[in-house]
Amino acid sequence: MIKTGSQILVDALIREGVEYLFGIPGGVVLPLFDVLFESPIKFILTRHEQGAGHAADGYARATGKVGVCLATSGPGATNLTTAIATAFMDSIPIVAITGQVKTFLIGNDAFQEADIIGITRPITKHSYLVKDVKDLARIVKEAFFIANTGRRGPVLIDLPVDVTMEKCEEVIPAEVELPGYKPRYEGNIRQIKHAAEVINSSKQPVVYTGGGIITSECSKELLGLSEKGNLPVTTTLMGLGGFPEDHNLSLGMLGMHGTAYANFAVTESDVLIAIGARFDDRVTGKIDEFAPHAKIIHIDIDPASIGKTVRVDIPVVGDAKNILQELNKYIHFTERKEWLDKIRLWKEKNPLSYKNSGNVIKPQYVIEQICDAAKGNAIITTEVGQNQMWAAQYFTFTKPRTFLSSGGLGTMGYGFPAAIGAQLGCPDKIVVDIAGDGSIQMNIQELSTVARLNIPVKIAILNNGYLGMVRQWQELFYNRRYSGVNLNGNPDFVKLAEAYGAKGFLVEKKEDVRPTIEKAFAIKGPVIMDFRIDPTENVFPMVPAGQAIHRMIGTMA
Amino acid sequence: MRHVISLLVENKVGVLARITGLISGRGFNIDSLAVGETENPDLSRITIIVKGDDAILEQVRKQLGKVIDVLKVVDFTNEDFVERDLMMVKVNCPIGKRGEIIEIVDIFRGKIVDVGQKDLIIEIAGTEEKLEAMLSLLKPYGIKELVQTGSIAIARGAK
Repeated sequence: MIKTGSQILVDALIREGVEYLFGIPGGVVLPLFDVLFESPIKFILTRHEQGAGHAADGYARATGKVGVCLATSGPGATNLTTAIATAFMDSIPIVAITGQVKTFLIGNDAFQEADIIGITRPITKHSYLVKDVKDLARIVKEAFFIANTGRRGPVLIDLPVDVTMEKCEEVIPAEVELPGYKPRYEGNIRQIKHAAEVINSSKQPVVYTGGGIITSECSKELLGLSEKGNLPVTTTLMGLGGFPEDHNLSLGMLGMHGTAYANFAVTESDVLIAIGARFDDRVTGKIDEFAPHAKIIHIDIDPASIGKTVRVDIPVVGDAKNILQELNKYIHFTERKEWLDKIRLWKEKNPLSYKNSGNVIKPQYVIEQICDAAKGNAIITTEVGQNQMWAAQYFTFTKPRTFLSSGGLGTMGYGFPAAIGAQLGCPDKIVVDIAGDGSIQMNIQELSTVARLNIPVKIAILNNGYLGMVRQWQELFYNRRYSGVNLNGNPDFVKLAEAYGAKGFLVEKKEDVRPTIEKAFAIKGPVIMDFRIDPTENVFPMVPAGQAIHRMIGTMA
Repeated sequence: MRHVISLLVENKVGVLARITGLISGRGFNIDSLAVGETENPDLSRITIIVKGDDAILEQVRKQLGKVIDVLKVVDFTNEDFVERDLMMVKVNCPIGKRGEIIEIVDIFRGKIVDVGQKDLIIEIAGTEEKLEAMLSLLKPYGIKELVQTGSIAIARGAK
């Protein structure tokens, strides 16, 4: 059948199962929007392209499907870059479609032209400039395949306007043929058996898991490994929800703001089993003192992740789910009473704790109340900074795809638009963006999106009047010289919510925290809760940058 | 350490940019780069020479292998391979010195490809060391201009 490029694209998206397309129209994507007008794909108009990109990312993280965003050429495309970089750093499958000027104008400094392929080259897994309409159907199929296989990541399709208007006979590609792209899924069986022997004979093992557990959908297998082998598990920020934190073998999160017991356990471990994690500097701290006595087993789909920052004794390249299914066959139960007693003692001596107060609202208390009120049915998104760390520490995550946060890039302004994508992908969940008063303002324009479409996202602003994490570093490491962190002149968030057509609640008293959360959860529409928290509260424990992870500020041992 | 990295890639727009970006993005200078079609016109061979820390270059090699359009990456360092550069040199050559220069060129199995009133153009292929050796002998006559291709490399034996 003869179709235009726009029709071919939209039909290809439908074949890929795309439900939602997040974006903003513009000059060169007009032919595409004309086709979208009658398509079953629901177009979600955001108020800034960055919001569209993060919404696609939030949708992808919450559902496991590819998130798709669309922007026009030039500024539309460049506005997507932060969202693309965010997805790249956290290995999230999104396809970003950008309009481009006519093929013969490319390179001419045409109106709204930007070399988006060049700009995004270091932050995409792959990218395509479509120069011939006959390639379009194949390219879309490849883009979705590349985005959501192997180590996931963003793929960009740059689409000149003339290509969207040209016509050709649509040929639907049967198979993806990419000779240079062959991710390895099955782990080497000898390595797996070797790993099992080392684990079985270990005395002080720790399992350290990351976002790979979530992507590979193997939290069941991870629980199997942990229980079968009697192995304690700590997760990274990206790995939260991959292992139930209410389990007695859970050590919670490790790293810079991890639990003391997770960091102590890793430091004293004799075998460290890393699965779908990449030894990020926020996890390892001073690399020479990271797990200094441990044999390291590293299971990862990306061979380039193995041996990148730490020496690995037993590398296993492949998909975590496949490998764990195989590995679990050879693991047997070992008592390890001494080790587990030691961990229990660390937990008793150094629990995550804060000084609660009778009148001032503590941010940790707010998170605990949100966790309790949600009764396990919430998806939490966060911004970046103290809000993110308190959410990671004080919300008890038990299920995968329930904690969405910009871990690698650390993008303030991520949480709110990501919550939009998550809510659309999971309409039955309570989706809460835990925000700071600084970061919420980085994509606050999306209040318009949620109000108009009545997307019932809840925003909990932990309002301390500061760019709190920076203030904390200045307090601890810069002699309390608070430079550029005071947010004097914040808007009235309640009025702001109302101005956009959402609900807003101001919470200044501790006793109002829980009732307000319950009230907000009962409202079938977007709500902002402005919690005025203790402005001096810090995130502890904390490993100073570059320090060994067992040397924490704010712990007993 | 000096690394000779050989890549087999799809002959497509943007592939070279991705590869050089990966290397320069990690702060390495590319000492030499050669790109050409292979026996299969859909594929190109890229040979890159780069100096740097072995562990970091191992990481670079792995990252290059992840580029979708890269089919194969080989680091020839510590392997048995043949490497060649092509150089063309324009050398000062007063009429009386022509014989001497031709003799040097012959020893190195180079070729005179152009003769002018006051200069000669010499073409020579070989290893970097051979090229440098000939160049040092030609220097006293005065080198007017020099162009050099990137090294190309191929493994010995059945591969």
